[in-house]
Amino acid sequence: MSLSEKYEAVIGLEVHAQLLTESKMFCGCRNAYGAPPNTQMCPVCTGQPGTLPVINQFAVELGVRAALAIKAEIHHESVFSRKNYFYPDLPKGYQISQYERPFCTRGKILISLGDGSEKEIGITRIHFEEDAGKNLHKGDHTQVDLNRAGVPLIEIVSEPDMRTAEEAGQYLRTLRTLLRYANVTDGDMEKGNFRCDANISVRPRGQKEFGTKVELKNINSFRFVEKAVEYEIDRQIRAIEGGETIVQQTRGWNSAKNVSEVMREKEDAHDYRYFPEPDLAPLQISDKWIGEIKNELPELPDQKKSRFESSYGLSGYDAGVLTASRDLANYFEGVVDVCKDAKTSANWVMNELLGRLNAVGKDIVETPVSAMELANLISKVQSGAISGKIGKTVFEEMFETGKTAESIIEAQGLKQISDPSALEPVVRKVMEANPGQVAGYKAGKVKLLGFFVGQVMKETKGQANPGLVNDIVKKLLDS
Amino acid sequence: MQLKEFTIERVIAGYRKQEFSPSELATSYLDAIEEQNGRLGAFLQVDRDLVLAQAAALDSRRQEVNKLPLFGVPIAIKDNFLVKNWQATAGSKILKGYVSPYTATCVEKLESAGAIIIGKTNLDEFAMGSSTENSAYFPAKNPWDTSRVTGGSSGGSASAVAAALAVGSLGSDTGGSIRQPARLCGIVGLKPTYGRVSRYGIIAFASSLDQVGPFGRTVQDVASLLEVISGYDRNDATSSRAIVPHYSDHLKGATLKNVRVGIARDWLEGVDGEVRKSFDEAVKLMIKDGAKIVDISLPHSRYALSTYYIIAPCEASSNLARYDGIHSGFRAEGVTDLDSVYFKSRGQGFGAEVKLRIMLGTYALSAGYYDAFYGKANEVRKLIQQDFLTAYEDCDCIVMPTSPSTAFKFGEKAADPIKMYTSDICTLPVSLAGLPALSVPCGLDSQGLPIGLQFIGKHFEESHLLKVAHKYELERGEFPLPAGVDY
Repeated sequence: MSLSEKYEAVIGLEVHAQLLTESKMFCGCRNAYGAPPNTQMCPVCTGQPGTLPVINQFAVELGVRAALAIKAEIHHESVFSRKNYFYPDLPKGYQISQYERPFCTRGKILISLGDGSEKEIGITRIHFEEDAGKNLHKGDHTQVDLNRAGVPLIEIVSEPDMRTAEEAGQYLRTLRTLLRYANVTDGDMEKGNFRCDANISVRPRGQKEFGTKVELKNINSFRFVEKAVEYEIDRQIRAIEGGETIVQQTRGWNSAKNVSEVMREKEDAHDYRYFPEPDLAPLQISDKWIGEIKNELPELPDQKKSRFESSYGLSGYDAGVLTASRDLANYFEGVVDVCKDAKTSANWVMNELLGRLNAVGKDIVETPVSAMELANLISKVQSGAISGKIGKTVFEEMFETGKTAESIIEAQGLKQISDPSALEPVVRKVMEANPGQVAGYKAGKVKLLGFFVGQVMKETKGQANPGLVNDIVKKLLDS
Repeated sequence: MQLKEFTIERVIAGYRKQEFSPSELATSYLDAIEEQNGRLGAFLQVDRDLVLAQAAALDSRRQEVNKLPLFGVPIAIKDNFLVKNWQATAGSKILKGYVSPYTATCVEKLESAGAIIIGKTNLDEFAMGSSTENSAYFPAKNPWDTSRVTGGSSGGSASAVAAALAVGSLGSDTGGSIRQPARLCGIVGLKPTYGRVSRYGIIAFASSLDQVGPFGRTVQDVASLLEVISGYDRNDATSSRAIVPHYSDHLKGATLKNVRVGIARDWLEGVDGEVRKSFDEAVKLMIKDGAKIVDISLPHSRYALSTYYIIAPCEASSNLARYDGIHSGFRAEGVTDLDSVYFKSRGQGFGAEVKLRIMLGTYALSAGYYDAFYGKANEVRKLIQQDFLTAYEDCDCIVMPTSPSTAFKFGEKAADPIKMYTSDICTLPVSLAGLPALSVPCGLDSQGLPIGLQFIGKHFEESHLLKVAHKYELERGEFPLPAGVDY
């Protein structure tokens, strides 16, 4: 029995998503990435004496959207609490968060796995909190940047429902897609706007009780989610096999060395001395407000997927690929809007565009070929202005140079020749040059038709309308 | 001009009759403060330039005396309020030299009403205390007898008004910090309903209890100040949207006829002879004027002291975490690493009482203790509040002594925290219930020290409360000034 048959991992994820608000959670400072250090701050978010927090209503709205997206329960009353600890990036000496009474509990999402199966992952809770600032270590001293202090976050805590690294990775991707669809967060992991910690334990298969869990931090890129989780599962299994006892601890993923390392042991755990934030009344979210937010909620991935299937006649697979992100779905719809042929559009977007994007490691938002331009190209193929084959060449050129289909076709003279009077002389020329094949055809080798068509296409550098060439060749050979 | 005669009304009348200009009046106050502050220790900061700049600006707006209710009225502000360009030390070394980057909402309202901020007043460090002996700088002294305390924590604000070094002042009251010093200094001090006045810009002690309120020589002055500083503030999520009545106008025609005044008999046990006598006389005066006395019961108030000394320190331990030697205020010398920044800065920056309360609160909030302490205390708090609401079914307001004893000598209670805490025994239940209450002088004891009567009202019914207190004040007649205030 292999080790992976002997043991089973139990994984739960805690995700922090930065909310797409204009301003911070409890003050009017701008919530924007990349400003010079300590330029987006005020007496409130720097914790000046006498200041008080005021809840950003739009942040609450985004939280409600997230809750709706994961089909969770939204509580009419929830409570902010103070999480007390000392750290230089925490100007008040406490973080305002939600503890015993979060605004949202009991959600779920459905993830798709590589073997074609689907699995439901429970979400325990979502709560609001403010971000801390950032410590910048420079040589022997540390500087503090408070631009991020007070930026609104939601923390999404999953049930310990995942059993493999693949499930953890898919959960994270699906959650991100959902929240991006709902315009809750930009989900940018590299900028720290979407952060993930994993609680991982292993147990012998068949055992009911959970093993001792380890919290794994710093999983801050989609590139190594699976790798990090896999490593930690493997490390724990090996440790148990080696006779060790797993101790409760916090480990950090070192993406340079591809290992997890101890950050702190359980006994170093903080006592956060949570208590209800006395500066804020309980947060009230009415059914009426939830209803309004629901009405304005953007179409979510599963709704969009079934709409793509029903109104565009796409296969489940195609609809799934094209709704993987809202940007891609919008792109596809942009193409269909112009060229009106959903299936052809789907083929072009999936085969040509996504193929090229994947090859160069770019996202749909970075595409050098706009939806409008791709639609123009498709229309030219459909109308017979260029052949499908040349269409693909033109697309390559568009992708490389960013030029329009029109200008490429014009500049390179790629326009399809669909004029019989221009093509007939070429056909005659080919026949004259290949008397043997003409004789063979006439003797009954009808398959040679393709040979003549091919030669004509070659002569015209592929610009000839192949259907028309076919007709002319047939007519002249049969006469 | 005689500063000892000034009430808000008198100052405004003086401007109208062009008896003096804002600059002249401000200069007189500044001179008096300079002369008296060494004796009284009422002010921690008086900045001539800042004061005269405000006065000069008003000199050129003389016609606005008819529009601005506090035109050119010198008001002192407790040093735990932020006023832009002024220091805000909260009476602590840890904020020594801290200059406010913004102005508290209530002070902004005073400024818009034309008031002159005359100085920042002394207090117990972070408003923790009942005598102003916990000031990290120097104690404030009682103008009635400078060997005695002013009460606290707003001792400087009370002393300043009692000694005519300001026409009115603002303080903060968490468990009695306005009412108790007002009583010990023989002036009127009001703690409004929690939420009536914005807390934005007040250095927090215990957020669920802290409330801003005015001191004045008369109920009329306190009403005028309350009218200006009250109201909803979008910067304070706990401030109330209840409309602000014209408190001072409402005083006209006040009567005690058929006013049902509640008295909790069990509370009067343990109140010493002279205070009790003075209380009984005040009640008689009210009965004479038509008030109906109703016996009420506040059974859970006996737990107020214990409840308060859980809730307030818990909140304080968190509120004071920001003074960490990194972001604002004092940082100790010779620090070597992060922990030493925290330990040394906080160790040297905070005084003994503050440390005691931070430790109390930190302990009570620790894992495993929350339910037994903070959780339980909040349950008791609800019961205390409920007692008051039940009592108000039978009465319109409640009277009781403001504190059990008159001004005590320096050091008399400082060594024993419980003894000190007990001076607030009559004010704490009201704070826990979030109710409005004011202290009005009701007599002098045999040593010539003021005694105070506490009027307690219903939530957001300051208007009624002030009317009752005002009528009592009229019946009582003129209250004397401390000897030596003759300028």
